[in-house]
Parts: sequence; C-alpha cells; structure tokens
Amino acid sequence: MSTLQNIWQPTAEIDTLKKRAQYLADVRLFFANRGVWEVETPILSQAAPTAPYLDSFTTDYTPIGTQTKQTYYLQTSPEFAMKRLLAAGSESIYQIARVFRNGEQGRLHSPEFTMLEWYRTGLSLNQLMDEVNALLQQVFGFKPICRLSYRGVFEFFLKLNVFSCSDDEIKQCAQERIAGLPNDLDMDRDGWLELLMSYVIEPRLAALNMPLFIYDFPASQAQLAKVITNYDGYQVADRFELYIDGVELANGYNELLDATELRQRFKSDQQKRQRDNKPQIPMDKNLLSAMESGMPACSGVALGIDRLLMLAMNKKEISTVYSFSFDKA
Amino acid sequence: MASVSTNQFKGGLKFMLDGDPCSIIENELVKPGKGQAFNRVKFRNLKTGRVNERTFKSGDSVESADVMEVELEYSYTDGEFWYFMDPETFEQHAADANAVEDCLKWLKEQYVYTVTQWNGTPLLVTAPNFVNLAVTDTDPGLKGDTAGTGGKPATLETGAVVRVPLFMSIGDVLRIDTRSGEYVERAKDA
Repeated sequence: MSTLQNIWQPTAEIDTLKKRAQYLADVRLFFANRGVWEVETPILSQAAPTAPYLDSFTTDYTPIGTQTKQTYYLQTSPEFAMKRLLAAGSESIYQIARVFRNGEQGRLHSPEFTMLEWYRTGLSLNQLMDEVNALLQQVFGFKPICRLSYRGVFEFFLKLNVFSCSDDEIKQCAQERIAGLPNDLDMDRDGWLELLMSYVIEPRLAALNMPLFIYDFPASQAQLAKVITNYDGYQVADRFELYIDGVELANGYNELLDATELRQRFKSDQQKRQRDNKPQIPMDKNLLSAMESGMPACSGVALGIDRLLMLAMNKKEISTVYSFSFDKA
Repeated sequence: MASVSTNQFKGGLKFMLDGDPCSIIENELVKPGKGQAFNRVKFRNLKTGRVNERTFKSGDSVESADVMEVELEYSYTDGEFWYFMDPETFEQHAADANAVEDCLKWLKEQYVYTVTQWNGTPLLVTAPNFVNLAVTDTDPGLKGDTAGTGGKPATLETGAVVRVPLFMSIGDVLRIDTRSGEYVERAKDA
C-alpha cells in the first residue's frame, strides 16, 4: 500500500518503463518494415460509439468569450477516425493511441489506457491473425497462437452448441456452472454467453497455457464486423479475439463496409441504451458518410498494449506497467 | 441503512447479504471489451466465518453493514459469555461461544483483543498476533538441550498445547504466534 510519503512516486518501476519504451519502438519498427504507416487522430470527438456497454468520458468546449458549451467525447478507441482515413485512401495504417473508458477500473482495467490499433487493406481476417501472431512472436516473444472457434470452445468446455441451443439452456448452464449468481439476474442471450466466457471458459483457456485466437462469434455479437455464413452453415460475426493466459487482449474484425447496415446497428445500440436508461450518444455521421462514399475491404484489430506488456513482463496487474496509475494521476 | 454501490467495493468493506453481515476479501471487475460489467466478489460471512463468492451486476447496490472493529480487554467468563471491557469507558461487552471460538485457547485476562462488532454485538474476537503465556504443565526440562530436536508438548495457562524445546519447564513464559499456534521464543515475562 502507498503511504502518503511516496504517493508521488511512479506506479511502475523505472526499469519497466524503459522496457515499455523499447517494446513500443520495436512495434513501430515492425509496422515500418511492413509498409504500415503511423497516424494520429483526434482524442476529442463530437460523436462516439453507441455500444450499450461502453461509456465515454465527455467534456465541454467553450469558445473564448462565450458561455456556450459543446459536448465532446473522449475516444474509446481511434476506430471511427481511422476508418475515415481508410475511406479517404490511406491504405494500411496503425496508431498507438490513448483511449478512455469511463467507470472501468480493476486489475485488468483502467479508465485511461493505451491501444494499438491497425487496419490492413487487402488482408483477410486470417491473414491479419497471421500478422498478430508474427508481431507477438517477433516483438514480444510469445509462443505461436492457436486458433479455436467460439462454437468449439463452448462445445468442448460446456457441451453447449451456441448456435442451436435455446436461451434457457444457456441460462441454466450458467446457473449450474457459476457459483454465487443472483437468482433474479436478468440478461439477454449474449449477456449469459459473455458471463460463461468470463467465468468458466477464460480460466480454462488460461490453463491451456498457450495464446489463442477465438473466431466466428455469434452474429448478435458482430459489433462492427461483417456477418458471414461459415463452413458449417451458421451465420457468424467474422471477428476474432485474442486470449493469452485467459486475458482478453485483442479484438479483430473483417470490417463492415455497408453504411446502411452500420446505421441499423447504431440504431439498435441506441434502442438498447434507451431500454437501460443510459444516455443517448449521437451516431457518428462522418463515419456513415465515409462508409457511404466507399471504404476499401480491410481487416482491423485493436490490441490493449498495457495488458500485452503486463503479460510479456510477467506482471499481475496493468498498473505495474503504467508510469502513474489512474488513482495516482 | 445506507447503501453502497458496486463501484465503491473494495477489500474490507462490510455489507449485508441475505441478512448476514459480510466483509469483502477481494473484488474483481469482470468486463469483456464491449460486454456487460460484473463485480465478482469474494467475501467472508462474519457470522459463520465462511468464505463465499457472489457476482453483482456493476452499478447494483447492497446495504452496508454497521460493523466496527474495536480493541477490548478480556475480563472474565461465566461459562456462557466471555466479557470484554472497553479500557476507556469501562463498558462491558458480552461475546458468545461462537465469537470466541477461534481464539479461546489464547484468551488471557487483561490482554487486548480485536473485537468485530455488528450493531454493537461482538461477532468475532481475534487474538493479537503474538501472546506471552506461561507453561502450566510439561515433562521435566532437559538442561543443556538447546538444539531443539523435535521438542515436547507443553500445556499453557490458557489450556493451549504447543510444541516447545526440551529445555522448557513449568513456569517459563513463552511467546506464541497465534496465527500458526507455534512457539516463537522464551519471553521475559507475561
């Protein structure tokens, strides 16, 4: 525990911060060698993601000499601005960005953290997974990443076919497998699936002791990925998540390119927000316009750098790789 | 009674669950990237002493528990209750067998114990980490044996039995670690 005398001290050891700087330099070299260029986009935006369980920080802009206040949102990821660059012809780009998520604090969460996000025009989602694999092996020294389908892990660990079973079966499985759930817990299908993933599957993935991609998510969890029909004939979200030691590390999409579909997903998010009495977030009209004008086919991934550094340096919590953690900021 | 939100959860926070006072041991935020947030809480039921786990939807509230830890001096027992005194107000607090169960064998008059109270009633009495107690019974001491090979059992004034080196004899005062129940060293006095 910090005493009052040393509260000004960094959260991380100076040595750790030096290593962090070296890792980031190596990441930049990795992308430079592959012809992916670094971009910077605004941290403050007039629009924000509508995702129902993502809470943006807001701030007010007041022009000098006025009393007016205009709401700006701090980015939760640089995704929307980077997609506008892609639509404007940037081709493959990356960014190491500070991102902000209100309310999220814990061993693996900080309201302010660093995200490595990159987009590759002309690469399929599988090829992007190859690139994530290369980055993690070459720069961070991890073992090769295995690939398992979302359906596969649920079948293997829980004997549950997530694409054909009923909502009740999922709920019952969660109530049986997870101790200490409130009896009146009321959630939709994806809520229960996420709970099973976090409580039951992630610890077992950790026990496998190998980095893993989970791919082919239920279509209802598509976020901003394309929905496709996979080899088994199921409608799936063409996205992946990367897990190392049971820690969720990266989220990759075969990017949705259809502006009409995007508008629908924004609207459906806004309805969920209304249902849960959460503040309404203006949908990003600039992103919609960019997509209408034509975004090139691409794959993109966002990776939590702090968690990655934590794992690479064998630390137990992300605060140990920050110069100053949120509560000391 | 005041309520506490999950975002105020931290180790040591006392709250009510199913009518029992509980203390948080560990609180972990569970939140998939864009999914719902939960607080996974490991807690001790202060009435039963049992450790359990409970999940809350982040943002939910629970009732806070009026639980306090006070330092009280042990006075005496009438067989049914164990009486502890506030050294400043001289007020007496009666703890039942449940509350003293874990530290019964380390209870000595005039020693100060940590008493966890719920709504003013002692729930749990915890012994200090170290106590000095006199030996009331043990096999005769072996002079000169200081190597501590194996040792022998000794009964202390509170009734506790601990393993001590062979050279200890009746009347010696020993320093005991109450957490492990092990002999630490010979003490000068009680």
